[in-house]
Amino acid sequence: MKRSISLLAKAPLATRIAAGFVGFWLVLAVAGPWVAPHPVGAFVDQDVFSGLSSRLWLGSDYLGRDVFSRLLYGARYTVFLGLGAALLAACCGTSLALWATLSGGAVDEVISRLMDTLISIPSKILALVLVAACGSSLPLLLLICALTYVPGNFRIARALAMNLAALDFVAAARARGERKFAIALHEVLPNMVHPLLADLGLRFVFVVLLLSGLSFLGLGVQPPYADLGSLVRENISGLTEGAPAILAPALAIAVLTVGTNLLIDALKPEDKR
Amino acid sequence: MSGASTGKASLWPLLTRRVGSALLTLLLVSMVIFGIAGLLPGDAAQEALGQSATPEQVAALRHEMGLDQPAPVRYAHWLSGMVQGDAGQSLVAGMPVGAIIAERLPNTLMLAGMTAVLAVPLALAMGITAAIRRGTWIDRAINLASLSMVALPEFLVATVGVLIFSVKLMWLPSIAMVSAEASWSDTLRSCALPILSLTVVVVAQMARMTRAAIADQLDRPYVEMARLKGASLSRVVLGHVLPNCLGPIVNAMALSLSYLMGGAIIVETIFNFPGLASLMVNAVTSRDMPLLQACAMIFCSAYLLLMLVADMVALLANPRLRAQ
Repeated sequence: MKRSISLLAKAPLATRIAAGFVGFWLVLAVAGPWVAPHPVGAFVDQDVFSGLSSRLWLGSDYLGRDVFSRLLYGARYTVFLGLGAALLAACCGTSLALWATLSGGAVDEVISRLMDTLISIPSKILALVLVAACGSSLPLLLLICALTYVPGNFRIARALAMNLAALDFVAAARARGERKFAIALHEVLPNMVHPLLADLGLRFVFVVLLLSGLSFLGLGVQPPYADLGSLVRENISGLTEGAPAILAPALAIAVLTVGTNLLIDALKPEDKR
Repeated sequence: MSGASTGKASLWPLLTRRVGSALLTLLLVSMVIFGIAGLLPGDAAQEALGQSATPEQVAALRHEMGLDQPAPVRYAHWLSGMVQGDAGQSLVAGMPVGAIIAERLPNTLMLAGMTAVLAVPLALAMGITAAIRRGTWIDRAINLASLSMVALPEFLVATVGVLIFSVKLMWLPSIAMVSAEASWSDTLRSCALPILSLTVVVVAQMARMTRAAIADQLDRPYVEMARLKGASLSRVVLGHVLPNCLGPIVNAMALSLSYLMGGAIIVETIFNFPGLASLMVNAVTSRDMPLLQACAMIFCSAYLLLMLVADMVALLANPRLRAQ
């Protein structure tokens, strides 16, 4: 922790700004409901789509509710569903990759073929078909987003694990007679944590974009819950007035995803020439 | 000479194998899509008749729709229909799925085509500039811009576009009307905002991959040799480096173009564009499974086709790949 803070203090300005954005959202996602000035469903304004003011920082939405408070509540769903789905996808993808690599032969063949098949279905199309078949309650959305990004993670993790499994220390562990599970956990996995963490961040960006896209289409998070994408959707009629109610949640998503993306890029070890 | 002819001779089996592998993947994809669609808890017959239907009515309709047959039989039936171009009957519209799709597909192809015409040269220019000026502020600016553009939600790009160009400046319409009667200039005007939004979304990834491919080649000895001979950097890049990284670049283009076919979902919805992606969203909302399956299969086929083309271009451009 201390090391990462000192690393951050030495980092270039852009990295610190990106880290600031991401940290800001994580804090808001956790603390949102305590900070929010108004209850999430309260009608606080006579006017709909009012502009920025000192009382309602981001104006009011299409029913006269406080946009800022709704944003704080919505950020929870976006951030936590995104993190949960990205973590789940990474765990499943990496476990499958380790299993396939260390088993080899028919197991590897079958898993890889299945993942190749899933990866040939564009992620949004796969998510749409899954939503149509299963519905979109919050736990299902988490599973759908996770499943959609398992193949991508699998592909990267398998490539990493394949390279590692060919190295001498893995052969030595095999010769010692260690079990596959132990080899995966103690020999292979620790050596691929860094690239996997970068991939996790990238999956998080993808999941947030997919999830808010689904919500924007009305197929994601369903009322009474609202994530940032649903906030954009419900206020779409304010577009012609340029209401902050529609721009604020869209910008909020962009700050989160762009910030994460820039942070991952900045933390990536410099490619040596 | 003999080397060249054996090279050509060994190309055909390789290409056929790639085509065969793509077809196999497509078959597996169709199983996955059919399988997921079969998870649907309530079935289509119940859905069509509503809550008040008696069990006998539902059973009769199920029989009529062929839903009482086992899944493999239905799959075989569906697949043979798809191969012959008959994707079944839409449950909601009551029309053949093929007819509905035939109406929408040209629009989506037009949108994707026009975006590609704009985005591909732009991405190439950005990528090549960044690679040539590696390490300078131009490179960093392009890197920062493309990293940010990759992570932008499409609806932000589209709504900001609408705010600027149709609400404030009133230059462009905010709804894309496409009809057969409209003249080319009208169509282009009404599609300008969707095209611009999609370009912003796809150009970044292409530019990044182009830069990476070229930057990778710039460290090779042959580039140094050409530079030492006195060739200018732009000449080296355009004449020597670009042909060598044709494969990766075409691959990046194909990935982005496949995104245009299916990923246009949000942009098509915002602008009310009568394309295939917004049709698919409607199919999800109304749980019109035959229509949904057909749309999904079209997008997957387009993806596989583009990947296949990119693969073949790479094989043709780089003889060393054929050696394996």
